[in-house]
Amino acid sequence: MAKTLNVLLAGFGGQGILFAGKTLAYAGLMDGKEISWLPSYGPEMRGGTCNCSVVISEEAIGSPLVTQPDVLFAMNLPSLDKFVDSVVPGGTILVDSSMIDKKVERTDVNVYYIDATKIADEQGIKGCAIIILIGKLFKELGFCSQEALDAGIRKVIPAKKAAMLDLNLKALQIGMDA
Amino acid sequence: MAEKVLMKGNEALAEAAIQCGCKHYFGYPITPQTEIAAYMSKRLPKEGGVFLQAESEVAAINMVLGATSAGVRAMTSSSSPGVSLKSEGVSYIAGSDLPALIINVQRGGPGLGGIQPSQSDYWQATKALGHGDFQLFVLAPSTIQEMVDFVPLAYEVGEKYRVPAMILSDGMLGQMMEPVEFPEKKETAVADKSWATNGHQNKRKKNIVNSLYIQPEELENLVKERYERYEKIKEEEQRAEEFMMDDAEYVVVAFGASSRVARSAIIKAREEGIKVGMIRPITLWPFPDKTIEKSIANAKKYLCVEMNMGQMVDDVRLVVNGRKEVAFFGRTGGVIPTPAEVLDQIRALAGKEM
Repeated sequence: MAKTLNVLLAGFGGQGILFAGKTLAYAGLMDGKEISWLPSYGPEMRGGTCNCSVVISEEAIGSPLVTQPDVLFAMNLPSLDKFVDSVVPGGTILVDSSMIDKKVERTDVNVYYIDATKIADEQGIKGCAIIILIGKLFKELGFCSQEALDAGIRKVIPAKKAAMLDLNLKALQIGMDA
Repeated sequence: MAEKVLMKGNEALAEAAIQCGCKHYFGYPITPQTEIAAYMSKRLPKEGGVFLQAESEVAAINMVLGATSAGVRAMTSSSSPGVSLKSEGVSYIAGSDLPALIINVQRGGPGLGGIQPSQSDYWQATKALGHGDFQLFVLAPSTIQEMVDFVPLAYEVGEKYRVPAMILSDGMLGQMMEPVEFPEKKETAVADKSWATNGHQNKRKKNIVNSLYIQPEELENLVKERYERYEKIKEEEQRAEEFMMDDAEYVVVAFGASSRVARSAIIKAREEGIKVGMIRPITLWPFPDKTIEKSIANAKKYLCVEMNMGQMVDDVRLVVNGRKEVAFFGRTGGVIPTPAEVLDQIRALAGKEM
């Protein structure tokens, strides 16, 4: 992995964009990396657009705002359309193909299409679609250690929502197998 | 070593305030600083403190005036338009020679402006946050760790010199998360507060906290005495970080959020062989003119990078005083400059093709 991984997660509010960003950030932290997490904020609400910048780096992080992502999570069509051209050549795009009925035209990026929302609904882990994509990213890029990813997701789920842990671990596994 | 935790800047700052003994918070919600108030409302009652959502920003700052008069560590926070509302109370606090902690998590302006990050309150914070001859001690954090570390510093310096202190943050630092560590040692130095109006119990002369002086000579003398303290602050409390300055011919000057963007751009420019470094003012008032002065001999040109239309650049030019060229690059209205934009500016400064 390069010294710095710039990740942009984008979709609707309510798809777990910020939560997934925190999971990535904590995974990086558990590996002893420098990390930053910056949400879009404002009049967004459930159903509105939402995005989150995460930087995982071996060096001190300058700008936490990701404008040229190495990795883009596209959870809806407006987000894919908005950010597809900003991904660096050779970068990775994870597309939730349940939500996006369109192929990426660029040929200089690696695109993974996962029917994540549909799979999550079928597997009884509704709402965990983006975590499936994190599992896929882990399998493809190995952006952190398995232990760190595990510890990261445990960190980000508060104790009073412990029941959610198994669902998220299941989602990660589905993504890794996809 | 304490464990590193991930926290939003706003929440980390609020926790730091509690840990250094702030038990009195008065505020009013406004984006993008509301997490400070929300965090205080959750935590302060459990710490035996007072969280009070005032009816307005004006009320909140006057509650701070009352609390700090009694000698306790008090605090208020807001974002740009709300800070403007507080300006009268800040002037009264300064005119009463009281310490206090005021947080501004800046957003775009003027007017209601926008809610995205900005640095366009630099002039307000460093020149005139209210009427009259006075200054605040102003700190500009650039990381979440500094959001934490500057809280005790702001209280200590404010109490030592009896001046209000401001932490000038912005929406980016307030909303973002980074790993942060809270210092083990939680006691911070509390200066002598024998001036506090906290009940004389017939054991001492009564203390009076006041900012009204009808006799011009009396007021002039008081203001002059205060300015002697300001001179001392200028002498002893300037802080700045120097980044890659050892052999720098081109000097970027940037504070807070924009210094992070500049840092990324400088690393890239160095890879291209441009000898560029950065001076990052940590205290905005007192402005770190000693650090700037020291750099002038070796510098060819300066570039100020800010998230406004050019405010701190005035202070840089005052120090450089025409000896070298001082250029400016800024984005405003809530737009965060990109490292690529700043890199282009550095290349242009160094005379390289863009």
